[in-house]
Amino acid sequence: MGFLTLEGVSKVYGGLAAVRDVDLAVARGEFVSLLGPSGCGKTTTLQMIAGLVEPTAGRIGLDGRDITREKPNRRGLGVVFQSYALFPHMTVAENVAFGLEMRKVPRAERDRRVAEMLALVHLANLAERYPRQLSGGQRQRVAIARALVIAPPVLLLDEPLSNLDAKLREEMQFELRRIQRSVGTTTIMVTHDQAEALSISDRVVVMEAGRMTQIDAPYRLYEQPATAFISTFVGKMNRLAGVWGDGGVAVAGTVLASAPADVAAGTAVTAWIRPEKLHLRPMGEGRLAGRVASRFFLGGHWLLTVGTEAGDILVSVPNTGEEPAREGEPIGLDWEPASLRVEAGAGAAA
Amino acid sequence: MNRSVATPLMLASPGAVLFAGLVIVPLVLTLILSFLAYDHGTGIKDSWTLAHYMHVLSDSYYLGIFWRTLRLAALTTLICALIGAPEAYILSRMRSPWRSVFLLVIIGPLLVSVVVRAFGWSMLLGSTGLVNAALAAVGLGPVRLLYTETAIVIALVHVMLPFMVIPVWTALQKLDPMVEAAAWTLGASRFSALRRVVMPQVSMGLLSGSLIVFGLSASAFAIPGLLGGRRLKMAATLVYDEYMHELNWPLGAAIAILVLVANLVIMLAYNRAVEARARRMLG
Amino acid sequence: MQKNGPVALLFHALVVAFVLAPLVVICLVAFTPENTLTMPTTAFSLRWFRAVFEHPDFVTAFGNSLWLATIAASISVAIAVPAGLAIDRYRFPGRDALNGLFLSPLIIPHLVLGVAFLRLFALIGATGSFAWLVLSHVIIVTPYVLRLVLAALSGLDRSAEQAAMTLGASRFTVFRRVTAPMILPGISGGWLIAFINSFDELTMSIFVTSPATVTLPVRMYMYATESIDPMMAAVSALMIALTALAMLALDRVFGLDKILVGEK
Repeated sequence: MGFLTLEGVSKVYGGLAAVRDVDLAVARGEFVSLLGPSGCGKTTTLQMIAGLVEPTAGRIGLDGRDITREKPNRRGLGVVFQSYALFPHMTVAENVAFGLEMRKVPRAERDRRVAEMLALVHLANLAERYPRQLSGGQRQRVAIARALVIAPPVLLLDEPLSNLDAKLREEMQFELRRIQRSVGTTTIMVTHDQAEALSISDRVVVMEAGRMTQIDAPYRLYEQPATAFISTFVGKMNRLAGVWGDGGVAVAGTVLASAPADVAAGTAVTAWIRPEKLHLRPMGEGRLAGRVASRFFLGGHWLLTVGTEAGDILVSVPNTGEEPAREGEPIGLDWEPASLRVEAGAGAAA
Repeated sequence: MNRSVATPLMLASPGAVLFAGLVIVPLVLTLILSFLAYDHGTGIKDSWTLAHYMHVLSDSYYLGIFWRTLRLAALTTLICALIGAPEAYILSRMRSPWRSVFLLVIIGPLLVSVVVRAFGWSMLLGSTGLVNAALAAVGLGPVRLLYTETAIVIALVHVMLPFMVIPVWTALQKLDPMVEAAAWTLGASRFSALRRVVMPQVSMGLLSGSLIVFGLSASAFAIPGLLGGRRLKMAATLVYDEYMHELNWPLGAAIAILVLVANLVIMLAYNRAVEARARRMLG
Repeated sequence: MQKNGPVALLFHALVVAFVLAPLVVICLVAFTPENTLTMPTTAFSLRWFRAVFEHPDFVTAFGNSLWLATIAASISVAIAVPAGLAIDRYRFPGRDALNGLFLSPLIIPHLVLGVAFLRLFALIGATGSFAWLVLSHVIIVTPYVLRLVLAALSGLDRSAEQAAMTLGASRFTVFRRVTAPMILPGISGGWLIAFINSFDELTMSIFVTSPATVTLPVRMYMYATESIDPMMAAVSALMIALTALAMLALDRVFGLDKILVGEK
């Protein structure tokens, strides 16, 4: 049974549905990400859970209690805002203590818990600083500490890492996960960054145009995307249009796979394959012939665009210390049959 | 956004009551007063009349004062624009400590009473003042400056200059300094970069500054009062004399209403022109 | 950044000289030992400053102005802060009209307000009342405070208030602990602008002050039209000095260019 539950939750703004009929059950201690492009309704969903936006329909439950109409200052949830929303006129310690003060926690205990929390986020030595004297990463940790110190049943993070530069963002992802593990708080994070969602969440919820279209573990989301949108939004994907004919799936006359598809011969189908599932072979070998059109070196791997009869195909080659094929070189492509997914239809959903 | 109506009305009501009572009511009373008949022997009477408006709008004495008011206000606005805009531009190109220092020097006098500043000019422009002393030193005879329109305009420009510098400065602050450099790299001379790139973006500040300067100049009181003397009157000093010396309140009220209407008409018309321009500029 | 050329700097020097000339002349003449408005040439004297303090009219008028400006600025803050909250935070019928009413004194010439107040006060028998004079000043200075309060509110990061709410603060606590401290620079800047405007106001006040409630600018205007002696220069010099001191102090605390030029 879910610790935090959303049942049929919708939000309509002046006739426009920002969130439509959303159902979600989050287990105690779980880290769930709401992933989607801007305007998909993920932030509105988070704000409804926080109580900052009132749902038009539906029910939100916390530990078996209906909190749909409860005021935000009674819910007791921890919220980390995208802008961090630190109180500029209060020191770090005062910011963190604010929630405890509202709960009339006695001074001594308050000081102790603030100190503990600042130690957890590695900010003990900056307690007397003001927010404007901190770096972006430090402010971000103050915001997390302020939200966690009240020991909230659920921690809500709204794009918490989007204002940080790339390197810091990666560090903070680990940091966020470490803090969440050590406190064990049920956490919901909103993000538009698929890599971030995949790396730190137990489960990822993908939202498209106000609906939740897939709720899965990161690995399954990547390997078995439920919609064409997800397959291209999460990671890179090659999409090949073909026809289901005698002996298998033919793309531009070449039979690529003999995947069993429950459709009549001559039906249009779409084949999907991830760039890292493709392997380079010498010319003449493999299942498909092509010529390297462009080559990018990305450090850990190379990204090749290979021109084939079936169209341009992205191929990711791990960096093993040897240079792969050069631009203009003819090569062959191969893959495990199971890596190619075939669906009926022209892939119109993409 | 909270949609309840009770809370905002409760928050705003003390101010709303005060403003209704002390802005709308007095203005309506003054409007009524301007239509009441007046007799020099018995004072304000209970009968209605348009005589005050007819009198003011047909007598060349009053029309002359109105004309002077408009003329001097327009002249002041023009001079303020010619001095204020380049000065704001120069200020914006100064380096760190000097920029704030001179900004304070230019707009700081705003905090000094107009009476003080007018008095300062009356000493400078008087027959034995510094300006005449300087003229005498280079062999030019004494010039009568005090109690002339020139004196009024000089002092008005002095008082109004900050109101022109501030909006132009604000507009310049919003300007990306690299935009002008970009024009240079594209082959524009310094002058054409200024004219084609900087001016259009600053013109909104210039226009709103002109509106403020014109409005305040047209209803200026202390400067014509102290530098124009008893004879060179402008609208504000005229009303004051009708009220305090002639004691003809209804006539004074009629002039005040005319000043208010002229002020509003000019402001609204100007505002509309400025907005139309802003719409064109922003597409 | 491009530097200013010699022509620009000469122009700038002339503008600065023009701006400072009348103030400098006042400060010099104030120290004259003579009986006329002349520059001190051989000796400086403090006799006209002594004369000011022995002249009860100026001392009383100064006291009146100080009280008037302090009370009027404070009342206008008390009115403008809740009104600003209502206008910034809520959508309600009459909101635009209310906003227009509060800002209207900015586009009504002070002269017109002066005769309008004179008529009202005469009809209700309030002429010469200090309390009604205060209220008339509140009308004139409130728009300035309201504009600064509105600017501060619209520049406010609302998520800080939401954060306080999620941490358990009630609406009033949110205002007291978060909103108010965050818009405090706007409020104090507004109070200051209100104080200065009220303290310097002449055109409206000259219609509604009585001999008992006369303010310093009115007193000075009357004096300057009636007699010309260096005492007027001494009073003016004192006001300039006072203003300069206040500016220095405020610049230390707030950064004066921020208050004068705008909120950003």
